[in-house]
Amino acid sequence: MIDRVLDQPALRLQRETSWSLVAAFGAMVALLVVAPFAIYPVFLMQALCFALFACAFNLLIGYVGLISFGHALFFGWASYLTAHAAKVWTLPPALAVLVGTVTAAVLGLVAGGLAIRRQGIYFAMITLALAQMMYFFALRAKFTGGEDGIQGVPRGRLFGFFDLSHEMTMYVFVLVVVLAGFLLIYRIINSPFGEVLKAIRENEPRAISLGYKTERYKLVAFVLSATLAGLAGSMKSLVFQLASLTDVHWTMSGDVVLMTLLGGLGTIFGPVVGAFLVIAMQNYLAPFGQWVLVIQGAIFVSCVLAFRRGIVGELASRMRIRL
Amino acid sequence: MAETHDLLTVNQLNAWYGESHVLHGVTFAVRPGEVVTLLGRNGVGKTTTLKAIMGIIEKRSGSVEFEGKELIRLPSDAIARSGIAFCPEERGIFATLDVKENLLLPRQVRAGGLDLDGIFALFPNLRERLGSQGTKLSGGEQQMLAIARILRTGARLLLLDEPTEGLAPVIMQQIGRTIGALKAEGFTILLVEQNFRFAATVADRYYVMEHGRIVDQFSAAELDANTRKLHEYLGV
Amino acid sequence: MFEIFGIPSQALFGQLLLGLINGSFYALLSLGLAVIFGMLHIINFAHGAQYMMGAFAAYLMLQYLGIGYWQALVLAPILIGATGIVVERLFLQHLRTLDPLYGLLLTFGLALMIEGVFRNTYGSSGLPYQVPDALRGGRNLGFMFLPNYRAWVIVLSLAVCLATWFAIERTRLGSYLRAATENPVLVRAFGINVPRMVTLTYGFGVGLAALAGVMAAPIYNVSPQMGSDLIIVVFAVVVIGGMGSILGAILTGFALGIIEGLTKVFFPEASNTVIFVIMAVVLLIRPAGLFGRHA
Repeated sequence: MIDRVLDQPALRLQRETSWSLVAAFGAMVALLVVAPFAIYPVFLMQALCFALFACAFNLLIGYVGLISFGHALFFGWASYLTAHAAKVWTLPPALAVLVGTVTAAVLGLVAGGLAIRRQGIYFAMITLALAQMMYFFALRAKFTGGEDGIQGVPRGRLFGFFDLSHEMTMYVFVLVVVLAGFLLIYRIINSPFGEVLKAIRENEPRAISLGYKTERYKLVAFVLSATLAGLAGSMKSLVFQLASLTDVHWTMSGDVVLMTLLGGLGTIFGPVVGAFLVIAMQNYLAPFGQWVLVIQGAIFVSCVLAFRRGIVGELASRMRIRL
Repeated sequence: MAETHDLLTVNQLNAWYGESHVLHGVTFAVRPGEVVTLLGRNGVGKTTTLKAIMGIIEKRSGSVEFEGKELIRLPSDAIARSGIAFCPEERGIFATLDVKENLLLPRQVRAGGLDLDGIFALFPNLRERLGSQGTKLSGGEQQMLAIARILRTGARLLLLDEPTEGLAPVIMQQIGRTIGALKAEGFTILLVEQNFRFAATVADRYYVMEHGRIVDQFSAAELDANTRKLHEYLGV
Repeated sequence: MFEIFGIPSQALFGQLLLGLINGSFYALLSLGLAVIFGMLHIINFAHGAQYMMGAFAAYLMLQYLGIGYWQALVLAPILIGATGIVVERLFLQHLRTLDPLYGLLLTFGLALMIEGVFRNTYGSSGLPYQVPDALRGGRNLGFMFLPNYRAWVIVLSLAVCLATWFAIERTRLGSYLRAATENPVLVRAFGINVPRMVTLTYGFGVGLAALAGVMAAPIYNVSPQMGSDLIIVVFAVVVIGGMGSILGAILTGFALGIIEGLTKVFFPEASNTVIFVIMAVVLLIRPAGLFGRHA
């Protein structure tokens, strides 16, 4: 699938970092540094968390070729665990985030172990079903707070020093974490490990014949993707000081697919752009209730029919650069 | 150069598999009641020519005229309904269908096709195997089935792609006799073969292909005189 | 009244009946999904929304046109099936050469759109639909009470499933379908209009979903989200059964419904998730699914 998206020479593998990536990254960082002075920081933080979530998702679909429809599982449960750790166990924020992220990693290992056994659409259905199972679990479990969720999650002091209840301090924390995650993903993609993943995506039988244990590689990629999605969820629960059922619902999984599709599957910056756009749209259209659902659906349909490369993908293709 | 009494006229037929240009201006003709063979090595484009005529390859240009009707723009089902039938190299017997269902699958496109009795007259062993799953038949039986089912359709031009491939000599002879019988019935057959000794038993004319083009042609009578040339073309 | 394993027979058989009902819907819906998947090689994510539209069609026909259950049973599948044909012609046919995941994404998008529109118009709460007069009430079988409508649902689903199976596996038309599933290019070269067959197959699968929706209307409330939660369970059913066989889809659907019902009796907390757990187990020991043909 991604072969057809990435069939332009500009997007082929390159070991060296191309100028366009550096420029885009610089622009992105500059914008994000300046933005909170002009745009509501909570919105930005929300968008950043989802940007990381979408990048994590994109790691799996763009570079391994596996589409997960259940990524809310990792996002949401990390969110719950972080919220619980911060509120009930009164852990400091860094540790609370760690708890959430590790939870996501473990869940990723288990879910991945099951889902990797099938390809393509089966993989999508399995991830969806597993996520739904955990949704029901969240619905019933005491510690998740059911319909109410876990509210009033304290942000605490980061490293005992930075008071995260100040919006700008929190913003810097979120920005640093998300950028770190973003760079980590980039590093993964452009490493020997990443090359093997791409080889597997392009021609798995060939990779197997070359001696690679492809199942293992795919599982590692899955766990990495789940972990980073969990990191995003953990941060989000601190930003909103809330963990709720929406975070584990299948619509959340659908949202991240939409963000990545709209932004551009398999591009580096696509998920970021997609996340910002979708979050902005959701916030802007909130008073219109269910029309958000309709519009998101319409975007899905249009992207698949006419706009498969997504915004960033289309841009990169036209300008013949890597993004 | 098309003659008005040709059944099939192929003119400057080009075809592409994706980006790959595989047929370069193939031109030939088939007269009614003839058995014409396309000869050539592996990969020269013989099967591709049949598939392009049949519309199975969608990216094509040029002209394919059958009984005066231009087929080049039509989808394959419309081409079949015009009166041409195709028997693929891999035989294409459906595993999820039994023999009888396989036999009855191709649509009747014209009156005058063989009925089941007529088919069993030509291929007696199919009668006992009607209930078997299609792919449980032996290679030879599957080939019989593949030919038999297109005889029901009423199509008068048959495209046969390597009907003897992988078959024992005894079965090959049987197929040769079948083709002879069909010819006697007035069918026109365009045959693709690598095995030109088999082709020699049935064909009236030969076209030789190389690199997606027709490079030579001769009639059955001229075959002996051209054997050395043929060996070169076929790399035998 | 008697007891089995400490559970009163009423409760046990009552839950078993409920399980059979759920199983009927699982079977009907996974049958539709399997038929669509066989021909189009896509997972019809919109299946749940089309099921919901069937239920709404019945409701709206009754509300505004005075058309009752029995006619709705025939009209709704035709109507919603027709929308399926439009969807296939407008959208799905363009995806034929692409990776099947695009079909999944597109039908997912359609599901969102459909659910969104209905949610906007009808809110989130359920709308009532009466059991038709002829099927009211029930009979006391001694060990349990059997509501007439529920018996009808089970009988009708079984009949529809078996009729579909028969049509596909034993008729001439079915042989065209099976052949086109295997090798659509060759079937087309035999003079059969395969694209039209594909369109009609999708319409049929959608019609099956809508039929299930009409049948569901008197049992569950008619609500815009009735499809989405159900369809995820049906996906799990389909993974368990594998999509290799029509009969497999039907059997798996009924069986899992029964298992779910039994779980509700003996381990009620697990009843929501037992099918998913079974899916996990099946994936571990037989990844291709119970009746699957390829991994």
